[in-house]
Amino acid sequence: MSQEPSPQQIAEKKIYRQMGLIPDEYNRIVELLGRQPNYTETGIFAVMWSEHCSYKNSKPLLKLFPTEGPQVLQGPGEGAGIVDIGDGWAVVFKVESHNHPTAVEPYQGAATGVGGILRDIFSMGARPIALMNSLRFGKLDKAHNRYLLSHAVSGIAAYGNCIGVPTVGGEVFIEACYDENPLVNVFCLGIVKHDQIQHGKASGLGNPLLYLGNATGRDGIHGATFASEELSEGSVSKRPAVQVGDPFAGKRLLEACLEIYHTGAVVSVQDMGAAGLTCSSIEMGFKGQTGIDLDLDKVPKRAEAMTAYEIMLSESQERMLFVIEKGRESEVQKICEKWEVPNAIIGEVTNNQHLSLFQDGQLVADLPLDACCGLTPVYQREARPPEKEMLPKSLSLEKEPENYLSVLKELLVHPNISDKSWVYQQYDSMVGTRTAQGPGGDAAVIILEECQKALAISMDGNSRYVFLDPYLGGLITVAEAARNVVCAGGRPLALTDGMNYGSPEKPEIFWQIKESVRGMAVACEFLSLPVTGGNVSLYNESGGEAIYPTPIIGMVGLIENLHHVTPSNFQSLGDQIWLLGETFAELEGSCYQEIRASRIFGNAPKLELDREKRLQEAVLLAIKSGLVSSAHDISLGGLAVALVKASTESFTASISFESALRIDEFLFSESQSRILLSIPSQSSASLQSIMADQRISAMMIGEVVSNQFSISFKDESLIEDQIQSLKACWRNGLRDYFTKT
Amino acid sequence: MHCAVLVFPGSNCDVDLYKAVLHLKGATVEYVWHKGTDLDRFDVILIPGGFTYGDYLRPGALAAVSPVIATVKKAAESGKLILGICNGFQILIEAGLLPGALLPNQNLQFICDVVPVKVAQSDSPFTSSYQLGDVLRLPIAHSSGNYYCDEVTLKKLEVNGQIAFCFPAENNPNGSIAGITGLLNEQRNVLGMMPHPERAVKQWLGTSDGLGLFKSMIKHHIA
Repeated sequence: MSQEPSPQQIAEKKIYRQMGLIPDEYNRIVELLGRQPNYTETGIFAVMWSEHCSYKNSKPLLKLFPTEGPQVLQGPGEGAGIVDIGDGWAVVFKVESHNHPTAVEPYQGAATGVGGILRDIFSMGARPIALMNSLRFGKLDKAHNRYLLSHAVSGIAAYGNCIGVPTVGGEVFIEACYDENPLVNVFCLGIVKHDQIQHGKASGLGNPLLYLGNATGRDGIHGATFASEELSEGSVSKRPAVQVGDPFAGKRLLEACLEIYHTGAVVSVQDMGAAGLTCSSIEMGFKGQTGIDLDLDKVPKRAEAMTAYEIMLSESQERMLFVIEKGRESEVQKICEKWEVPNAIIGEVTNNQHLSLFQDGQLVADLPLDACCGLTPVYQREARPPEKEMLPKSLSLEKEPENYLSVLKELLVHPNISDKSWVYQQYDSMVGTRTAQGPGGDAAVIILEECQKALAISMDGNSRYVFLDPYLGGLITVAEAARNVVCAGGRPLALTDGMNYGSPEKPEIFWQIKESVRGMAVACEFLSLPVTGGNVSLYNESGGEAIYPTPIIGMVGLIENLHHVTPSNFQSLGDQIWLLGETFAELEGSCYQEIRASRIFGNAPKLELDREKRLQEAVLLAIKSGLVSSAHDISLGGLAVALVKASTESFTASISFESALRIDEFLFSESQSRILLSIPSQSSASLQSIMADQRISAMMIGEVVSNQFSISFKDESLIEDQIQSLKACWRNGLRDYFTKT
Repeated sequence: MHCAVLVFPGSNCDVDLYKAVLHLKGATVEYVWHKGTDLDRFDVILIPGGFTYGDYLRPGALAAVSPVIATVKKAAESGKLILGICNGFQILIEAGLLPGALLPNQNLQFICDVVPVKVAQSDSPFTSSYQLGDVLRLPIAHSSGNYYCDEVTLKKLEVNGQIAFCFPAENNPNGSIAGITGLLNEQRNVLGMMPHPERAVKQWLGTSDGLGLFKSMIKHHIA
């Protein structure tokens, strides 16, 4: 314990650098304190000033997002955002990344990501009712990537299944840029009555601080700092910075917390997530404009002789920090005992605007809260567009393919297009009996019997488009997530963002961040979609190579009437199939380009926000008017792939079209703002009138048939096959990597 | 018909089961905490799915020695209806109320799906609303549902008509012997099953084929 370096040694030997602080930041800390910080204090600053906790690199950009609206009850700044859904109910949701931990220990890294986002939700007073996840991994012909993906999926499954919150949707993308640096973004949504909403503002001089949950160990020390660095060969040695999850402890903690909220004795509560006890106590004191005294001797510990530094920086899982009303301790502790959750009173609220830590009766750290939290540095990084790569005019795209069926099959087995059931069948998607549409559709649909409403939720991101054109890609990310929600019959309400990028210190990367945020912000503004919070993960690089810029969105929409819930698959024979929106010659950045040219290049498909908005309004109106049997967003792989995905074993499509475009452009372009509908033939006139009103091009392209999938151009057959055979390709594309190797 | 839904630390289908029964005509329902030892007021005891005690040691092993299960054993002897679903089935096996074992699924993964399940015994308090040979669509969600028993036991189960539900031979998702996924005791008042009937009670859930199970129990109670 006495081997810790002294304040002078920390300064002279620049020991703060190992904790992630740079000299300028250290000097600023000395200035703010008026003295040199000791070892524990330096560690606390290092995590509070890390990107993960302070957003010091991204804050100037995140300000661009609209965060307000009549529906927003809580915007960014708390554990999660809260949105009103009427009748006294609200939804709480957020996305969180666990990228770096997953890269070094995929099972626990992903599992603790789920645990962390769940606690963010129930720390707001809500019961979590749905999880989703967005996964990005390197090419699956590499055994290491298969290992990472399969173990991450097992970890997510283990946590979510055990705690009993269904995983209702998500997405998986495979791309070489995620080699060694996979992304795991997890989303959670909970519901709460307005009067049960909790917050993290410590108040009431002398109110006790109640520690709840697992004992503190030496795991995860400096996890937040680790998450704010590039991955390197040495990263594997940081495996101890990855925490270990215990979903059974998480389940007991969840139930205990929800029961405790009902006592009304809770003043404030915060999850001990990133930077554990440090971040939760400092943020609660800072937000409440009070102060916190902690007696570290009282903290439940699972290791002997832990130092103040270790106790404060541990990221042991399944812990919460409460401020409760003085005098009601035993009432609350009785609930903890019922659920067998360890607990202890470890301190109290003061009014000195300081965090003061005591150990063995000595004051071991004493920091002004605003220095840790409010006065964090903010960097205006330099942004510079990369030099435009000379585009190869690929020969292979000059000619149309000879065999459209084989191209379609090649697309269907593409891991980004093919069925993801190998992944999602490992998740319990039904527990809670609220799931009306689980994984596999455009958006998941969750029924809220409490208020006779439903939610449509979707997680989306296409980093290829963002890589090719960050601004346009940003627009598309928001628009597509909203479109998916609309297809399920929901009106998009608000969103949470998971921002995953390389190092902001590189001007080209910062330019990607800046441009994509700008695009997303413009789309959010135009579509009236507030951002209620999210997560930023930078330094996603390994071997000096950054990932594609990967913003991911969790979109939440409200379905006001249960009759408006709309499936994405064809529903009955003889229904007409309609293509809404315009198709352009946009093969650049598409899956089709990838399979034919072996890489992607050029421009992302264009997006006009005004047209997008009109399309979404028109489709919602058509759904509400009862005209629509099924609705499916046209995305990766274009129209032809959408038709196969909308097919079932019993219902498929017979398509005949004419177009001025090249056939491959018509079938495989990934043009935006398009939706595939199936409707009963008697709805046709009403549908056309709605589309005409909104100036959306609508083309009847075929009908729902049984068995034989077919596409013909001006009576010439292009593709004809049993739907079962196409579905088999689609079903096995991803699965084969894991079951045949 | 007054039903108890047992709640252990780690139960997570307790609410679903409670909701499923609550909406039925002729049934009332109440939660019972795992430390409870008085089940006299109940006609039926329902043991929900989940991860009791985090599945530590083996699924169901720790719950099987909890106070409430000692009372469940007595209730079983007295002829009360006991239904264990998923983890509840695992608990009944670990408690010795049903024979055999539930091994990890053949593919060593958690499997969540809606699958065909055949009614193999309609002459029981739990299955009388179904016809023998009916193929139901029921949700499954488990990682250890691969039923196993020795040949002698299997023969006995078949002869006694104790097999209530089984997967069709061509669609056996977890590798269970003879496709067994629902098992009665000899007296037919105890049923353990891996599929989740409580998740199959409304069309919008994808299937309502689980309703028959609850209706059978109510019918039995009235008779």
